This record gives sequence, C-alpha cells and structure tokens, in this order.
Amino acid sequence: MANYFADNKDLQFIFDDLDLAEAVGVKEKNYEFAGKFDHAPVNYADAIDNYRRVLEVIGEICAENIAERSRTVDKEGPHFADGKVTYHPLTRKNLQDLTNAGVMGVMLPHEYGGLNFPNTIYTMMTEMVSRADASLQNLFGLQDIAETICDFGSDEQKAQYLPHFSSGEVDGSMDLTEPDSGSDLQSVRLRAWQDKDGQWYLNGMKRFITNGCAKVHLVLARSEDGSSDGRGLSMFICEAGPKLVVRRIEDKLGIHGVATCELQYNDVPAQLCGQRRRGLTKYVMSLMNGARVAISAQALGVAEAAFREARKYAGEREQFKKSIDRFPAIYDMLTSMKVRIQAARTMLYATTRVVDLRNGYANLMEKLPADKITPEIREKSKYYGKLAALLTPMSKALSTEVANSVAYDGIQIHGGTGFMRDFNAERYYRDARITNIYEGTTQLQVVAAIGGVIQRVIEPELQPLMHLPYTGKLQRLKNKLDEMLVLQRKAVQYIIDQKDTEYHDQMARKLVEVETYIYVGYLMLKQALNAPEREALVERYVNDAYIDAKAKIEAVTSGDMTVIDRHRDIIDY
Amino acid sequence: MSYKIIVFVKQVPDTQNITGEAMKPDGTVNRAALPAIFNPEDLNALELALQLKDRYGATVVVGTMGPPNAAEVLRESLYRGADEAVLLTDRAFAGADTLATSYALSCCAKKIGDFDLILCGRQAIDGDTAQVGPQLAEKLHLPQLSYVQEVLDLNRNQVRARREIEGGYEVLEVKLPALLTVIDANEPRPQNGKRIMKFKKARTSSELTREHANANYTDSEALAAEQEALASRGLLIHEWSAADVKADPERIGLKGSPTKVKNIQNVVLKASESKMIDPTADGISQLMHELISDHTLG
Repeated sequence: MANYFADNKDLQFIFDDLDLAEAVGVKEKNYEFAGKFDHAPVNYADAIDNYRRVLEVIGEICAENIAERSRTVDKEGPHFADGKVTYHPLTRKNLQDLTNAGVMGVMLPHEYGGLNFPNTIYTMMTEMVSRADASLQNLFGLQDIAETICDFGSDEQKAQYLPHFSSGEVDGSMDLTEPDSGSDLQSVRLRAWQDKDGQWYLNGMKRFITNGCAKVHLVLARSEDGSSDGRGLSMFICEAGPKLVVRRIEDKLGIHGVATCELQYNDVPAQLCGQRRRGLTKYVMSLMNGARVAISAQALGVAEAAFREARKYAGEREQFKKSIDRFPAIYDMLTSMKVRIQAARTMLYATTRVVDLRNGYANLMEKLPADKITPEIREKSKYYGKLAALLTPMSKALSTEVANSVAYDGIQIHGGTGFMRDFNAERYYRDARITNIYEGTTQLQVVAAIGGVIQRVIEPELQPLMHLPYTGKLQRLKNKLDEMLVLQRKAVQYIIDQKDTEYHDQMARKLVEVETYIYVGYLMLKQALNAPEREALVERYVNDAYIDAKAKIEAVTSGDMTVIDRHRDIIDY
Repeated sequence: MSYKIIVFVKQVPDTQNITGEAMKPDGTVNRAALPAIFNPEDLNALELALQLKDRYGATVVVGTMGPPNAAEVLRESLYRGADEAVLLTDRAFAGADTLATSYALSCCAKKIGDFDLILCGRQAIDGDTAQVGPQLAEKLHLPQLSYVQEVLDLNRNQVRARREIEGGYEVLEVKLPALLTVIDANEPRPQNGKRIMKFKKARTSSELTREHANANYTDSEALAAEQEALASRGLLIHEWSAADVKADPERIGLKGSPTKVKNIQNVVLKASESKMIDPTADGISQLMHELISDHTLG
C-alpha cells in the first residue's frame, strides 16, 4: 500500500529526531489525562507511538485515496448555484475519510473530543494532505478555527462548538479580508452592532474567504463606532444562515478544490469571542500565526509532490539515448530542489517544536493559579513566544518560496510535457502560487521577522548547535556557518547604525534570508552528526548558502541608496 | 432496537507484495516471507457491518480463527469500529480445510449466539476458494446471499441486498438470521485515530501471559487482575479454544479435513513477446479489435 508517511525518508528522519518530550508533557498535563480518557497516552513513549500510528494511517489515506482523486477535484472543483456552494463529491469523500480517521480535531483537548496532539504532528499531517491535494488542506486546516475558539472563547462557546468540530459535523472559516483590507487588516470595516438586549449583529462584506460557505465563522469586525484602527476591532462567532449570503465564488489560478467566497452579512446574529477590541491585536494574530505554520506545511507538501514527479519523469524520459537525469543541467536542478525541500522541512519542524513549547507555556500561564506560576514558566513562556514570532514567518517565507521555485523547476524538467494538463506538474505550479501570498505575503513575513533578526533573537538557539563535537568535513562546514554568522551580525549592526528606515526595509528580506541560511545550516549540521548519510545534504546546502549569503551581506553593507533615490526614474522610464 | 452482526475475518499472507520466496520447496506457502494482512474482502465485509451499524444501530463482533498473532487483524477491526473481538485459537484447529474451518466457525458463532447477521468476505486471497462462507451458512442452517455488493434494507425480519451476478446484479430478500458474503464493492473506512490509541492496548489472554513471561514475571494473580482490568475497559480480546466452543475434536483441524493435497505444480507465468502498437487512431483501433476478438474486452 502506498503511504506518504512510510515512503518519505526525510519526514521519518525528522519524526525520529523530534524532541517533543517537554511540550507533550505540558500538553498531556504530565500524563494525568490517561486516567480519564482511555485513549490518552500514559507516557512520552506511548504518545510518540500514538503519533506514529496515526501518521501512518493518514499517510495511507493520502496516498491511496486523496491523491487518486486530486486531478478530478482540480479539474471540476466545487459548484455554486443559488447562493449555495456544493463541494465536489470526491472532496466530500476526502473529508469523510479524514473524519472517519478522527483527525478533524487533531490539536483540540481530550475533553472536547480532540486527539490533543501537538502542532508538530498536526503539521506533518498537513504536509501529507497537501502533497496529495493542496486544496484539501484548506479544508483540513480550518481546524485552526476551533483551536482559536478553544484558546479564547468562553466555556459555553467551547462546549457549544468544539465537540462538533472534533466529530467533523461542522466546518469553519475565518473571515478577515475585505475588498479594501488585505494586508492592512487594521482598516477592516465590517460593522458589529448591539441591540438594546446586548445581542450582536454583523453587517458588511468579506472577500476571498476560504470555505466561506462554512457552518461556523470567526469574523473580524469593527465593534467600536468611530474607531479607525486595529484597536476598534473584535472577533465574533456566527453561524451560516439566511442572513449570511455567499454572493459568488472566485475563479482561481490554483487550489481549485476549495471554494473561495465573497460574503455579505445582512445583520447576522453573532457572539463576541474573547474581549472587545482585542480581535486583531491578539486573537487574529494568534490565528494567523497558526495558519502560517499550516501554509508552510501546505507549501512543503506541494514541493514534495512536485519534486517526486520531476524526479520520476527525469529517470524515465530518454533523450540523446540516455535518461535525462544523467545530464548535469538536470541533476543539478534535482539536487537543488531536494536540498531546498529538506531545508524547508528542517526549518518547519524546528518552528513547530518552538510553537508547541510556546503554546504549552502560554496555556500554563493562562490556566494555572497565579501562585503556581513559577518564574521559570514565566520566563519560558516569554522566550518561546518571542522565538515563535521570529521562526513562524521565517519558515513561511522559506517554505512557500521553495514550493514556488521547486514547482517551477518541476515543469522545467518535464519540458513541454510539463506545460500540458495531462501531467500534474502544472497543477503543483498553480497550487504553489497562492502559498506565498495568503496568510501574509512573503514581503509581510519579512516585516514580521526582521525585528527579531535585528534583536538577535536566534542567538541563544545557535549556541548549543555551535558547540557540538564536529570533525572533518562537518567542522569545515561549521566554520563556513560561523563565518556567515559573524558577517550577519556585522550587517545587522550596519543597518542599526544607518538609522534609515527606508534602507532598513529595503534590505530586510536579505537579512531574513541570511538568518534562515545560518539557522537551517546549523540544524542540518546537527542532523548529519547523528546520521552520516545526511552529510552530502548539509554540504550542498551550506556551500550554496555560503555563496549567496556573502553576496547578500555585501549588498546590505554596501550603503547603495540608488534604488531608494532613483526607483521612480527606473520604474517610470 | 439494535442488531448483532458477526463478521468473520482472516489474516492472510499478502500475495500482492511478495518479498522473497513465496513458496517453500515442499509446495506450501512460506508464510514467513509474506507480510500478514487483513484479507481484503473481509475488510469489505467489516465495512458493510459498520455501515449497517451507522444506519440501523448494531453491535459488531469480529471473529477470526488462526494462530495467536491473528489477534492483529482483530485489533485492526477494533481500530476501524468493531465493538468486540474473538480469537478462535487452538493447536487442534491447525491444518483445517474449508470444511473443518467452517465447522469451527459455526461453533464459534453459536457461542457468540443471538446474532442477526453473519458477514464474511467472499473469499481469501491465499486460498481463493470462496467456500467457507457458504459452508458456514449450511452448518448453521442459515439462508445465505453470496457476492453481496450492498444492503438495501434491513428490518427485524429480513434483509434485502444486492448481489453481483454475471453481467449485472440481482436484488434478493432473505429472512434473518442470515449469512452474507461480501465482495469488493465498498471502500473500507480508515482506521480511526482515537480508536487506535485506545485499542492498541487490547490483548488476548495469551498475549498478556506472553508479555508477563517476557518480563520474567509470572504471578498468576497479577495476571488475572490485569486481565480483569483490561476487560473492564473493553480491551480484552476473547480467546477461545476448541473446548471453549465445544467443537468435536474429530471435526476440526487436520483430522476434520477431507481435503488432501496430492500434488503441487509450480507454474511459472512468462510474458510472451511484446508487441508495438502505433500511437495512432489506426493502431489503437486495431488493438481494440484484437482485444475484443480474443475476449479480453467485452
């Protein structure tokens, strides 16, 4: 039986290498739940065994069922008529399979019918689902909405909605974007108003809403009349009904299997979720951070699929009397694709580990009585919060750009065949294209990450990685990374000294990319220390990164202001 | 009002994924070289039972006859949604042909008792006889429907099902209790995460004993207590011997099997010479013509 978990050596390596003991211990309350729920793990080994078994099941569903259906789903998509969205029968079958497998509430707590799995394992599922059908991920991934209700909703709201998410009876959507509010969510206008009994209603428009036909909606709306910034926004829960109209669904380049809706709210009754005025500043930021991890995994899944098709094709296609993967121009591309994918995967699961720790400690801070919160818990919650805020956008920028470049190369390797609809290569290219746009463009990920880069948030994470007992080739590669780090610190200092926000913003992307090279380089070096067969991977990665990093650092420290000074002359020539 | 459905399943060597030598020199199946899997059509039978459970309410009891490690397919049944599992295991059952097997299973069904339906896969991929289901129905004096694709209706008195026949299907009704053999006409549901996490701990009593022995620990009282604890959480897989199901020793195992293997012939299938077909409309039409004329198609 084909299996997307069993057949993926790199994913298995990452799984075996996971260090989740601390995060899982916190999440399972030191395994107290085992006494109450007969499926809860009794210790860390038991938990890991559960994760592996469930990942194997999902790997099989993805490979055997979902992937088989993905071409038809892409071609035919959902149907829209008379204000009603109907998903493709095969999409519904996919969801039924995932529901039967019990993975519609992967991270939700046991008490609400969830599996209480860490984000890391959920992300691995996301990656496999996306490899099979990227558009299905947009439905599978909407369990992040339940997660947000779980984190910020009242006990009544949790009891009302969460068990139905876990059982797959309800689906969700997060309604943020409006025609005039995309990247700039502070300007959201959809109005929330209260009648004299205190009942809230929502009125206005939303656009580009993934699965906007969902039963349960989380809506960002302006609850404070007269306000105009993010502090006037609150989060609401509402349900599908006659007052909530799907006006149309979009005709998109990719992710055809999922409906992207335009919504009109005609005084839709709603409940406030969490506190007023914190809608954007706290809840949506949290929701987006979760979704960004998910999109990183979606992109990675697409990249994995695109690489495999290209690799297979290059091995089978013969030109000039040999298979094309024997030509340097082709195997160079394949090598680079593979290394980029592994770098993105390494970055992603380093990120989810930190996300799990952040979630765990944030939860303790919230749930424990004040006198039980030790300075250590406080310290860790703060540390991992900051680190997750850096790694999440770094990972999203990396994964989604890698997915685009790998899918691009995937078509290139197929040649003219890849341009035809008969092969999957073009679908991966189309599906990848949204990943570096939604949930924040790469440009916005850079904005989110650059502060942490300037503040050197990554440094404490690098220290232990730098002091491992490397010898021989690994030592030489480490020297290169050390050199890159020294240059990066100098470049950061240079930017600080310039005191020029425009130059800072223009150079930010380069700094974030070099930071990513360094962190991923050290992580991959550590992997090779324990698994010598990975030495060639890290060697390729560091050697390529070294050259590119030096060029980028040179640009950053050049003080070249010509783009800032002359861009109009060039653009408008 | 809930139904009681027994599903009989078999653990079989995976003849699709042959790794190494599939047959021993003496002509018997080399089970060690083949991974053991859930017989595919038995999964269809289980799926049908679970669909009936979803539609009408039912308790689904899965039974298998086999060596102790056949408990693996029972756990898998529990992962997919079965309520209870029975392992029929005894050295005395070894070497059974279809007659002895169906007799043993009939004893097992009687001990489970009080059932409305028995579902079996049409046939197992190791023997391909398709005899056990029908023989079991005869021994239990049940009406039977073989080659079932789906159940159209079930009520307290009867079941109406669609069965495959050559070139089509027919719809038949039979009185309960009845036996149905099921073909590959549904998509077995996947294993469920939460059920895996729970039922991976399900054990037969001999598995428990073995785990104790491995731990160098054979306190029988502790063992009994543990068994009790498992049973109270629904995690004990019933394990029945020939005596437990009151099977006549003369009718089971090798003794009860009139089938004698006289000779085994090794057939090597060789691909004959290949043929090039031009990828043109003419070439394809010629190929279709040949396939139809030699009855590969149509």
